[in-house]
Amino acid sequence: MNGRIFMQHDAILDLVQGMARLTRHQLGQRGIEDPAMIGIHTGGVWVARQLQPLLGIDEPLGELDISFYRDDFTRIGMNPQVKPSKIPFEVEERHIILVDDVIQSGRTVRAAMNEIFDFGRPASILLVTLVERSGRELPIQPDVAGLQPPLADDEHIRLEGPDPLTLRISGRPGAREET
Amino acid sequence: MRENLQLNEAGELRHLLSIEGLKREHLEHILDIAESFAVLPGRQVKKVPLLRGRIVTNLFFENSTRTRTTFELAAKLLSADVINFNVSVSATSKGETLLDTLRNLEAMHSDLFVVRHSHSGAAHFIARHVAPGVSVINAGDGWHAHPTQALLDMFTIRRHKGDFTPLRVAIVGDIQHSRVARSQIMALNTLGVTEVRIIGPCTLLPAEARSLGVHLYHDLESGLEEVDVIIMLRLQRERMEGALLPSAHEYFQLYGLTEARLKRAKPDAIVMHPGPINRGVEIASEVADGPHSVILQQVSYGIAVRMAVMSLILGARGGGNE
Repeated sequence: MNGRIFMQHDAILDLVQGMARLTRHQLGQRGIEDPAMIGIHTGGVWVARQLQPLLGIDEPLGELDISFYRDDFTRIGMNPQVKPSKIPFEVEERHIILVDDVIQSGRTVRAAMNEIFDFGRPASILLVTLVERSGRELPIQPDVAGLQPPLADDEHIRLEGPDPLTLRISGRPGAREET
Repeated sequence: MRENLQLNEAGELRHLLSIEGLKREHLEHILDIAESFAVLPGRQVKKVPLLRGRIVTNLFFENSTRTRTTFELAAKLLSADVINFNVSVSATSKGETLLDTLRNLEAMHSDLFVVRHSHSGAAHFIARHVAPGVSVINAGDGWHAHPTQALLDMFTIRRHKGDFTPLRVAIVGDIQHSRVARSQIMALNTLGVTEVRIIGPCTLLPAEARSLGVHLYHDLESGLEEVDVIIMLRLQRERMEGALLPSAHEYFQLYGLTEARLKRAKPDAIVMHPGPINRGVEIASEVADGPHSVILQQVSYGIAVRMAVMSLILGARGGGNE
């Protein structure tokens, strides 16, 4: 494990409390009372598990592995750790809270939305991320973000977990990470 | 040489020609990926965009509706485009050589050939001659190999039994002329089962059986004692015409799987068959339709396993045309 620890478990949970407050506010503004939640494998699922009880969502969490929807399959091939996507509720006409750990290029979220639509047509999708960082390549922005750390282009931030959750920053000049 | 042909320099699957030469990790990786595809039928849209823009050509020199259809469905569920090239009605019957046929199909920018041929080694031959970036899956060649069938059988076994290590597996019938059995035996031994038994009359068991790492039984009832998995093979009619067997009726008397014989196996044993089944020849209807039978699940799992193989091959470095 290289890089430096940027934030540790308890501070991350405090951040998630704030995210829950902002998400409730957003839901209220949109008049949404019965949302369902989907986390993007792996980090997004960890964040969603923390967020879910704070929003009073009892329904089981959906888990998406977007490996089959990536736009770079022809370049990097199959993700060897692919897991089945599970959405244990009807997506059709539901209001969905989509959760990921870090948004950078926006490509993961694009892939996740494509996959969600293959389960059904949701009424709406609200995007919540723990970290919103620079480097967007698609016109996709989170509705709620826990923090926006100032990072250089060659710095990477990633969530490790699930117990404890740790945000770690590493600098790998020249390398680009798809997040 | 054959082993190397299947893997690229990074050790990834480049072609799938035979189970031989693949390690346990390769087989387990294919089965793991197949798990993710097996959940797709429960969704509103059953396909994923993974192989969008790729062209898969089914090149069948021997008829097989079921295998061709599951390959076609697997490719379509991955969003690839599929060409079905049925050789009996095509140029080869007009005298075109296999290589000329191949060059023509490559000129149509095919990324993957799924090949079935009555001659052992046909898929290897094609894999050696395709352009770089074009891959081959063996969908059955002569008596040699039928690796995707073996993989879907392993997937079915794993789904029902979990761990391979403690299992005793019996394969019953015409082992000698069965590419399915040869691939199954290799896969089972690679995955480390406790014992593989082959059961059948002398004329239908291979002479080199012991070198395959199996135990031979000529008596079905003793061979089924305490097994976890029973794989019945289809009895080909031509074996009877070739005087290797007396009659279908007599075969059933000796080697047909009946409910009474099934009781010799473990109480939770599963019964498999690569299909199409001959009711009353190798298997009794009560068993084929009974609670131990997983024959129709094999068909469904075959789609997920073929999706896994296709996506791994076309995702490997140097696989597919870009």
